[in-house]
Amino acid sequence: MLNINIAVISGKGGTGKTLVATNLAPILKANYIDADVEEPNGFIFLKPKVIKTYKVKTSIPKIDQVKCQQCYKCIDFCEFNVLAKAQDKILVFDKLCHSCGGCKLVCEYDAIRYIKKEIGHISIGTYKEIECRQGILKIGELMAVPLIEELLSKLKNELNIIDSSPGTSCNVVSTLSYADSCLLITEPTQFGLHDLKRAVSLVRKFKIPFGVIINRAMKGNDLIEKYCQTEKINVIGQIPYDVTIAKLYSEGKLLIEQEKYKKEFTKLGKIIKEFLLCNLQS
Amino acid sequence: MKIIITAQGKEKTSLMDARFGRCQYFHVYDYDKGFIKAIENRANQATGGAGIKAANLILKEKPDVIITSDVGPNAGYVLKNNEIKVFVSDLKKVSDVFADFKENKLEEISI
Repeated sequence: MLNINIAVISGKGGTGKTLVATNLAPILKANYIDADVEEPNGFIFLKPKVIKTYKVKTSIPKIDQVKCQQCYKCIDFCEFNVLAKAQDKILVFDKLCHSCGGCKLVCEYDAIRYIKKEIGHISIGTYKEIECRQGILKIGELMAVPLIEELLSKLKNELNIIDSSPGTSCNVVSTLSYADSCLLITEPTQFGLHDLKRAVSLVRKFKIPFGVIINRAMKGNDLIEKYCQTEKINVIGQIPYDVTIAKLYSEGKLLIEQEKYKKEFTKLGKIIKEFLLCNLQS
Repeated sequence: MKIIITAQGKEKTSLMDARFGRCQYFHVYDYDKGFIKAIENRANQATGGAGIKAANLILKEKPDVIITSDVGPNAGYVLKNNEIKVFVSDLKKVSDVFADFKENKLEEISI
C-alpha cells in the first residue's frame, strides 16, 4: 500500500491539474485534496458529501496606540511592509502580514500584541470511499500559504492526491514541501512548454520523483516529448485533445463515469503506481 | 511648502515616473526655493507593499504635497492619514511638472 502524497502541479494554468487529480483519485482510491485555495474547483466534479467545515485563522499585529511611543522600530523591522506611519498612530495593512512576530519582538514599549484573524476555511467530505478536502481562501485575503499548510499538515497517512495552484509561486512551493512525488501536467503549446520548464526547475529542488502527463495531446506534435527526452524526464501518460472530454468537463462531470475514459484512467493509474514504486524505493 | 515628485532619474531634467511605490527617485522641491535634492526610492524592489514602504520613506521628508500619476490604495491610505495632498500630472520633465504645480495647472485627487 502506498501511503504517500502526490502533488499535481503544472506551471501553466488550465492545463488539466484538476481533470487529472479528480479522475485519478477515485481510480487509485486516493484521497483528493484541493490545495488550489484561491480557486478550488475539484468539488464541482467529485461532488463530495461535506461532513465538516472549519475556519482557519492566522495572527496579525494589533497596536496599542496609547502604549506606542512612535519610535517606528516595528516599521523599520517589517520585511513585508505591513506597518506605516500616520500622524498619531501606526497603520496596519494586515493582509500583507506573514505573522512572523518580529514587530512584537522589537517593540520596547509592549505596545504590540497578536490577534487572530480568519483567512479562510477547510471543508472535508467523502466521495464513495475516498476522502475529499479543500481549502478556500476568504475573498480579499492574500496569504494563502498558512491555509495550505493547515490543509496539508493534517492529511491522513494514506495515499493523497494534492491538486495544486498553478504557477511556481509560494503556494506551489508550500504544496511541494508536503509532497513525496509529483505529477506535472502540461499541454503541447509554447506556453505549456515554457511554464513546464519553470515547474521542472522548481520540483527538482525538492529531489522527489516526478513525471509528466501531456494533456490535449495531438498526433504529430512532439514539442513536450522532445523536451522531456533531452531532460530525461518520464512522460507517464497522455490525454488526447478530444471535444468529448472538454464537453464533459464543462458540464462538471467526471470522465471516469464513462467506460471509455475509466479504462484510460485505470491504465494511467497503474502506470503511475508502477512508476512510484520503482522510483520511491531507489 | 515641501513638494515631492516621482522621477525616473536623479537629474533635474529627468522625466516624471508614472508610478509612486516603484518609481526610481523622489525629487524634493521647496515651493519658493525650487529643487532641493533627489532621493533614491529603496522601496521599488520590494516584493510586496512597495507603495507602503515608499510612503514610509518619504514621510521622513515631511512633504505637504506628492505629485505623480498614480497612487495605489495602500500608499494612498498612508498619505491620506498623514494629511499629504496628492496631485497628478502627465508624464513630463520633473522641472516642468513643478512649474505646472506652481501655476495651479495640476489636479488634486481625493483618496
